[in-house]
Amino acid sequence: MKIQTPARLAMDGDAVLKEAVDRIVFANPALTSTRRSFLHRSLTLGGLSMLTGCSLVDDSSVDNALMRVSRLNDDAQAWLFDPKRLAPTYPDAMITRPFPFNAYYGEDEVRQVDGGSFRLEVAGLVADKRQWRLSELRAMPQIQQVTRHICVEGWSAIGKWGGVSFGRFLRQVGADLTAKYVGFKCSDDYFTSIDMPTALHPQTILALTYDGQVLPPKYGYPMKLRVPTKLGYKNPKHIQAIFVTNTYPGGYWEDQGYNWFGGS
Amino acid sequence: MDNSRQIIHPGWLRIWHWVNAMAVLVLVASGWRIYNATAFLGFAFPKDLTLGGWLGGALLWHFAAMWVLAINGLMYLLANSLTGRFASRFFPLSLRGLVSDLSDALRGRLAHADPLVYNMVQRLAYLFVLVDSVLLVASGLVLWKSVQFPVLREVLGGYEGARLVHFAAMAMLVAFVVVHLVMVLLVPRTLIHMVRGH
Repeated sequence: MKIQTPARLAMDGDAVLKEAVDRIVFANPALTSTRRSFLHRSLTLGGLSMLTGCSLVDDSSVDNALMRVSRLNDDAQAWLFDPKRLAPTYPDAMITRPFPFNAYYGEDEVRQVDGGSFRLEVAGLVADKRQWRLSELRAMPQIQQVTRHICVEGWSAIGKWGGVSFGRFLRQVGADLTAKYVGFKCSDDYFTSIDMPTALHPQTILALTYDGQVLPPKYGYPMKLRVPTKLGYKNPKHIQAIFVTNTYPGGYWEDQGYNWFGGS
Repeated sequence: MDNSRQIIHPGWLRIWHWVNAMAVLVLVASGWRIYNATAFLGFAFPKDLTLGGWLGGALLWHFAAMWVLAINGLMYLLANSLTGRFASRFFPLSLRGLVSDLSDALRGRLAHADPLVYNMVQRLAYLFVLVDSVLLVASGLVLWKSVQFPVLREVLGGYEGARLVHFAAMAMLVAFVVVHLVMVLLVPRTLIHMVRGH
C-alpha cells in the first residue's frame, strides 16, 4: 500500500474538520436514511432468497463482511495505482457531444453559484488557509486535456477539461503531502474524498473550463475536480471547500456502499 | 478391486468445482444487476434473478466474489498442471473424434461408459469454458482498472470494447452452464461423482 503513515501535524485541525464533516453528514436526514436503506436493500439479495426458499442472511453480518472486502479493495487499488501511469487522452474529434449530465439530482436542480462573490475555502493540514477568488485560480498556469469519464453505472464519455494542476495547487497552499486524504465539500451538498497519491497525479486537475469555455453550471461551475484515474463519483462538482486530512472523510455515495478508492 | 470405489474426481477438484460454482453464481447474478444500471444492449435482466438489490450492493458482491473466482481459478490451473490431470484428461484433442462424438451426442447415443475418460465434446467444452473464464477475468480487470492495465485494455478493444467482451464472455459462460446442467440431468451419476468423488 502506497499511502504512507502520516505525520500528525495538526491534530486539533483534524478533529475540527471531522466534526464539521459529521455535522454535514448526520444533520442531513436524507443521507442517514439512504445509508440505512443501503443496509436494508442489500439484505434482500434480489430474488436469490426467494429461489432458495429461505433468507440467506438475517442480520447485517453479510453487509459488514462485504464492506470489509471493499476496504481491502481500496488497499489493493492503492497498491496497483502507479502515480506515473497516465490515463489515455483523445483527439478533440472524439469528444462526446453533448456530454451527458450526471448528478444525484436532476438537471433542473443544478445549483447556480455566483462567481463574483465565490471564495474557495482551504482547510485542514495546509500552511496557507486563505480563501481563493476565481480570478486568482485563473491566473495560475492552466492545463487542458481530453480524457474518458467513466461512470460507475456502466457508461463512459469523452470530454475536455482545463484548469490548474491539482498537485501544483496543493503545493501552493503548503498542503501536508504525506497526509492520507483530500476531501471536498460542494455547494450542492455533495461531498467526497480521494487519496493523496491520486491528488498529486499529473492528470488530476482543478477544472475551471469545459471544452475551452468557462465551466457551465451543469458541469460544476465554478470548479470541479477532474480525476481521469477515478470513476465519475470521485470527480466532485461545485467545489466549495478543499480539506487535507488524515481522518477518513468518506463521501456521499461511498457512505452508501460505493467503493471508496473508485479508481480505474 | 471394486470398480465403483475408484476415485473419479479427487477431493481438491470437488472443492474447487463447488467453490467455483458459488463464485460464478454470485458474479453472474450481481453482474446482471450492474448491467441493468445502464442496460446498454437495450434489455434488462429480471430483477428477481439479480443479486445486490441496487447498483452499490451488486458491486460489493461482484468485487468480493471476483477474488474467490480468481484465486480459486489460479489454484485450479496450478493443481491441474502439477498433478498432470490437465494432460491426461483434456489431451489429445482430435477433430475426427470430435465429429463422431458430436454426432453421437446429438442423436443421444454418446456413451459415458468410463467416467474417467472425457469424450471429445467434453474435453472441448471444458477447455472452452477455461479459456472463456480467462477472458472474463482479463476483461474484468480492464473494466475495474483500465488505466493500470494499458496493454490488456488495448488488446481487448479499449475500455468500451472490454465491456462488450466481458458481456459476451459472460453470455458464453451462462450458455456453457445451461448445457452442463442439461447433461447432468441426462447423466445424473456425474453429479454424484462430483459430490462423492466416485
